[in-house]
Amino acid sequence: MLRMEGVSKSYNHRASAVTALRDANVQMDRGDYVSIVGPSGSGKSTLLLMLGGMLSPTGGRVIVDGASLYDMTPNQRAAFRKKNIGFVFQTFNLVPYLTAVENVQIPLFLAGKDEATQRDQANRLLERVGLSDRLDHKPSELSVGQQQRVALARVLANDPAVILADEPTGNLDPETSKQVIDFLDELNKEGRTIVMVTHDPRAAERAKSTLRLVEGTVLNGKAEPSLIAHG
Amino acid sequence: MQLRTLVWREIFERKNQLATSFLAILLGITAIVAIKNITFYSEKAVSRELDALGANILVLPKSATVQDYYSADMQDETFPEAYVTQLSTSDLKGLDNLSPKLSVPVTLQGRKFTLTGILPKSEFQAKAMWEGAGIFTRPEEGCGEIADMPDVFKPPVKETLVRKRVIDDLGPEEALVGADVGQLLKIAEGDYLDLLGQTFKVSAVLPQTGTVDDSRVFAHLHTVQEMTDQGAVINAIEIVGCCQEISAGLVQKINKLLPDAKVVTVTQVVDTQVKTNQMMASLSTVFLVIIVLVGGASIANYMYANVFERRREIGTLMALGAGSSVILRMFLLKGLLLGLVGGIGGYILGTVFAVTFGPRLAGIAVMPMPVLVLWAVGLSVGIALVASCLPARNAARLDPCATFQEI
Ligand SMILES: Nc1ncnc2c1ncn2[C@@H]1O[C@H](COP(=O)(O)OP(=O)(O)OP(=O)(O)O)[C@@H](O)[C@H]1O
Ligand SMILES: [Mg+2]
Repeated sequence: MLRMEGVSKSYNHRASAVTALRDANVQMDRGDYVSIVGPSGSGKSTLLLMLGGMLSPTGGRVIVDGASLYDMTPNQRAAFRKKNIGFVFQTFNLVPYLTAVENVQIPLFLAGKDEATQRDQANRLLERVGLSDRLDHKPSELSVGQQQRVALARVLANDPAVILADEPTGNLDPETSKQVIDFLDELNKEGRTIVMVTHDPRAAERAKSTLRLVEGTVLNGKAEPSLIAHG
Repeated sequence: MQLRTLVWREIFERKNQLATSFLAILLGITAIVAIKNITFYSEKAVSRELDALGANILVLPKSATVQDYYSADMQDETFPEAYVTQLSTSDLKGLDNLSPKLSVPVTLQGRKFTLTGILPKSEFQAKAMWEGAGIFTRPEEGCGEIADMPDVFKPPVKETLVRKRVIDDLGPEEALVGADVGQLLKIAEGDYLDLLGQTFKVSAVLPQTGTVDDSRVFAHLHTVQEMTDQGAVINAIEIVGCCQEISAGLVQKINKLLPDAKVVTVTQVVDTQVKTNQMMASLSTVFLVIIVLVGGASIANYMYANVFERRREIGTLMALGAGSSVILRMFLLKGLLLGLVGGIGGYILGTVFAVTFGPRLAGIAVMPMPVLVLWAVGLSVGIALVASCLPARNAARLDPCATFQEI
């Protein structure tokens, strides 16, 4: 369960404060599939990063599975992310000098698994996203869609209960976008909570509910059912 | 995958950027290893020369130069053996040991060698007025010790012991043979030698010393004097003098006592070598400072740039759950590797340089010194780690979210 209680965030930008998020109260249940939509600059990424324990709010609390993220030390938060949270980025953020399989191994390495286990699990995860014939390719030797699939395999490596995706299809062609969305669907059916920021209406409509953000304000605190998908 | 895989891959991916700072530390260590290596053998050469001499004051004929005494060990000029008595009966303090010598050229099996007449210890004791005399050796302890002199190693005592034993007793028809002579002419202990028409029994072949002694034959001083019809003359007196007395003007006092002879101290003999060593030592200090400053600054600069360039990657690792200690270790390990490779590489290059150019630069044979590898690696790793410290800490403290939004 994810909950934001009166969360606000303002950035200090050249002595003037920019408010990116204003008194956000949001609740998402376990197994939810939530899309976050809104105009550019409305604070979507800010909200997502704060949910993942990557960005301290200026005020309020973020609670994941009963734990208040920002009452922890940074290292405790890192350990919490390692166990519970997976990020998917618009630009994939693969480590450029590591091969596909090594990129997927990173979370397993961070979790302290031995090398044989790492290699084994990473192979299986890449197989799952249909890349078993690209194990030893570097990101620069993969197509954009393949890169995103490596990133998805990497997210699954630590078997997170919550997946946070920031415009996961933003850089993809329609066909690949569809594959990624299908895959996220599948992960949601496995019982994982998915929160996805997107500009793509077709992606948004696949979610069970939608959060709307305008100029840092959440329009509907309890995510409303997605109009198109659920009537 | 392990942390070192990650670090290693990154290094190879971006090795060009690393090249400059790596080169700085590599060349620095190379220079310092080469200097240390050459200096060590140069200092050893000095101590060997001192050891071979076994004395720290020389009395020579007026016109002889110290170089003559060393290189050729031959002087046409002589002075009376009575000088020895004059010295020993004088009231001069600090004369521990007097060794008169007379050297003449001899031909053995068609080769030229030097025959040196020496006084065995037993004769000194018979005369009873000199205490503790030994021809080549200086006292192992006490005031005559050369080790008291600045910039000079204490000579190895072991080598001299063998010589000391055989020189204790040297009969009028016995000879001692230097190592090279023994080897060249295939002479062994117990053989007989014909020298200037007289037969000598070889009572010992001396061990290798790496000095002019190796190509000499030694016989009793008085026998040599008789053979050459020169009367009671010698062409050198080697003296072991007390260092305190030497600095208190012993040389000048001897000079006054023997106005027709030339009195020099050993420091003058090995002066150039000692000067070279001093120059090398200060050069080594200069290099040390340069390498620490330039190498360290270059690595620190590179590391800062590297952290900046990789902040997105660092953010990704943090998003995946890497704590600050993983990030810190990642950059420190990189510094460690840099230092390790630079240290080992510098040791190898420096040693190759020293062994190749040492003979030309310092006129001495130089051997590799394995102990310097510890020194090189320690220094190099130390510099690299210290230089990487702050950049690594910066990386570990990066705000993870900022790393995404900028790009
Ligand atoms: N590091 C920062 N410093 C200052 N202002 C920032 C910073 N990051 C974001 N902002 C500001 O906060 C606001 C919200 O930014 P955010 O990235 O959350 O928007 P977004 O909804 O994700 O936009 P987009 O759809 O374009 O990605 C914006 O007005 C932005 O200018
Ligand atoms: Mg955004």
